[in-house]
Amino acid sequence: MMSELDPLLLSRIQFAFTISFHIIFPSFTIGLAAWLVVLEGLWLKTGKQIYADISRHWIKIFAVSFGMGVVSGVVMSYEFGTNWSELSRRGGNVIGPLLSYEVLTAFFLEAGFLGIMLFGRERVPKWVHFFATSMVALGTAISAFWILSANSWMQTPQGFTVDDQGVLHVADWWQVIFNPSFPYRFTHMVAAAYLTTAFVVGGIGAWYILRDRSVAHGRIMLGMALSLIVWLAPLQLVIGDLHGLNAREHQPAKIAAVEAHWETRRDAPLVLFAWPNTKTESNDYELAIPKLGSLILTHEWDGEVRGLKSFPPEDRPNPVIPFFSFRIMVGIGFIMIALGFTGAVLWLMGRLYTTRWYLHAMTFAAPLGFIAVLAGWFVAEVGRQPWVVYNVLRTADAVSPVPGGSVLTTIILFVIVYGIVFGAGVYYMAKLVQHGPEPVPPLPEEGEADPSRRPLSAAGNP
Amino acid sequence: MTASDMDMAQLLPIFLPLVWASILALAVFLYVLLGGYDLGLGALFPLAPSHRDRDAMMASVAPFWDGNETWLVLGGGGLLAAFPLAYSVMLPSLYIPIILMLLGLILRGVAFEFRFKSNRSRWAWDLAFAGGSILAALMQGVTIGAFVQGFAVTNNQFSGGAFDWLSPFSMVTAVAVLSGYVLLSAGWLIMKADEALREWAYGVARYALIAVTVFIVAFSVWTPFLHAEIAARWFSPGNIIMFCPVPLLTAAAVIGLWRGIANRQRYAPFLWGTAIFLLCYIGLAISLFPYIIPPDVTIWEAAAAPKSQLFMLYGAIPLLPIILGYTAYSYYVLWEAPSSDAYH
Repeated sequence: MMSELDPLLLSRIQFAFTISFHIIFPSFTIGLAAWLVVLEGLWLKTGKQIYADISRHWIKIFAVSFGMGVVSGVVMSYEFGTNWSELSRRGGNVIGPLLSYEVLTAFFLEAGFLGIMLFGRERVPKWVHFFATSMVALGTAISAFWILSANSWMQTPQGFTVDDQGVLHVADWWQVIFNPSFPYRFTHMVAAAYLTTAFVVGGIGAWYILRDRSVAHGRIMLGMALSLIVWLAPLQLVIGDLHGLNAREHQPAKIAAVEAHWETRRDAPLVLFAWPNTKTESNDYELAIPKLGSLILTHEWDGEVRGLKSFPPEDRPNPVIPFFSFRIMVGIGFIMIALGFTGAVLWLMGRLYTTRWYLHAMTFAAPLGFIAVLAGWFVAEVGRQPWVVYNVLRTADAVSPVPGGSVLTTIILFVIVYGIVFGAGVYYMAKLVQHGPEPVPPLPEEGEADPSRRPLSAAGNP
Repeated sequence: MTASDMDMAQLLPIFLPLVWASILALAVFLYVLLGGYDLGLGALFPLAPSHRDRDAMMASVAPFWDGNETWLVLGGGGLLAAFPLAYSVMLPSLYIPIILMLLGLILRGVAFEFRFKSNRSRWAWDLAFAGGSILAALMQGVTIGAFVQGFAVTNNQFSGGAFDWLSPFSMVTAVAVLSGYVLLSAGWLIMKADEALREWAYGVARYALIAVTVFIVAFSVWTPFLHAEIAARWFSPGNIIMFCPVPLLTAAAVIGLWRGIANRQRYAPFLWGTAIFLLCYIGLAISLFPYIIPPDVTIWEAAAAPKSQLFMLYGAIPLLPIILGYTAYSYYVLWEAPSSDAYH
């Protein structure tokens, strides 16, 4: 029985599960940290207490999300070895230093200043607290830089040689770090993180307005979120399109899978819906718009689009997951653009805060960013199969010599522990959101301290 | 190519692995020290005299646990980068203990955030904090034990079984590491806690020191029997004189710590505890050097390409002092723990 368990498939499942769980939190904290810097800055500049109140409240939510990101991130730094030891041995010269730079330049920066950000507000001057918050935010962005550089290099590797042992050696670090897909993937992911955060903040702001509590805070949250969404959501479509053009150049099989194109053609259709059938090498139940595929993918009416059949079967990704994930991601992108545009129009008409159906829509849209981020990563990671380092190292050759039984056991443990942690984390964050920011305190009378306002901390109990 | 270029090309592959072995040794030591007091608190958690004391214990480490754990991430990431072969052999062979350690770290890590937000379920996060900390500490001890025992390697891959790490030796190192962590965290509480809790911590430190001393003596006898090379390393005539300061200083540190507890000194127990850890660590290094995958693979054989090690060194040389600097600043600013009231 044990020998029938495939360690490769199980390791892929475990990695997919643990990294999907992990990416949820950075997607949120990258944007949230940047927003907290803006709030703290506005508070320093204007002295308006409401910015400090919103910041204090969201720092607590940030702390929960950040903690969950940290603990699930530590797992990732060891899973390369526990489950993908051949990738580590053969690719260690290249990806090892990138990950180490992430630790040295980002993780320590975040961890070193997080304590002051969460617990130091009453102990350091305001500007030091602002600085600490900025350093945490900078750390999240630097972290994204290195990890996306490493991921992008695995998708579009360059600047290396392979020795006779199959071990990769770096020829040019600049080429490795700034590999062809990196600028697009980095911009796309950071924009996705900002949009994800903006929809959470805006959605909760809309909900505060709807339920008629913390309305002043809710308006600022919705307003700030919308002023980002209105231009970043359309821009993200452009970035995504450029990212797609880049992938078509460097990973054409991925694009063929995403579009469920089997044949190479100059008048490729845009497949709206289909069930890609790997047995018949064609689509079942296809609903398509003729010729539009070529236009979108190549920006030309009769651009050539390669189909999956032009790749040897052993070099093709299975198109089902990339095809559907991509449509979910893009669909959410269009919903985001529409919500941003509608919100801007309502804002100009002076009806943003009173149009209840729109506030309801924004509330429901709060988690959309997370779904889009996960869907996008499923496109990127399933679409690059069967390669872990594209055209260099197959996933099947990268796996550790670990028995399937061990991996199955740890998958079960991960599912149980992550289930508990995720459930509890979401519950406590929801409790914090429900409680809302502390109301703006009345200005204290001269010489009178307000006994109800104890020093708050990140882990404040609602 | 000039003569000096030639020299560099020959020297770097010898010199760089030594530098990186030292940097990683420092990272792992800092993790053992900082993560040690941190995990030890979890192990002491269920024994704490009162609910209030548990709050105080957790508050004393809440601002620091993330930074402490980052040294563990540097240990992992740095090993991958500087010694990819060691990383790719050891982690699969330690698959189960490593994953259990990570799960323990997850449960105890989230407990920092969740515990103070819960009312009815606080007991569950107390349990997660204690259980996760103990599990992580034990698995780190297993890892050290298995490391000393060595790994089966064929063709640059781990070639042993899923339970190679499980042995009487690694079971004992597991308990030894846990008791060492408890000693460190007792020292931490003596520095940081109020009077009643401090007095309790002195009592804990005394028991932990007895346990740690027994384990040190036991390993000093046991380890040379594992590999003949380790025995030769310590007991050959010249070496025995060169290395004898290590056990002598360890004995001095044990006595110093004992007296520090007896005289109710405030900072000495943690510092003597640190000295004991450092000396054991040096002792281990003496036993195993230059092997990074005992008993056969040296740091030079497992090293990453010089170009990769050099590229990282350019960053590590300026960054490590900066990291130590702002970590120290954070400890300075947040030394007085957030009062447990601040959580409510």
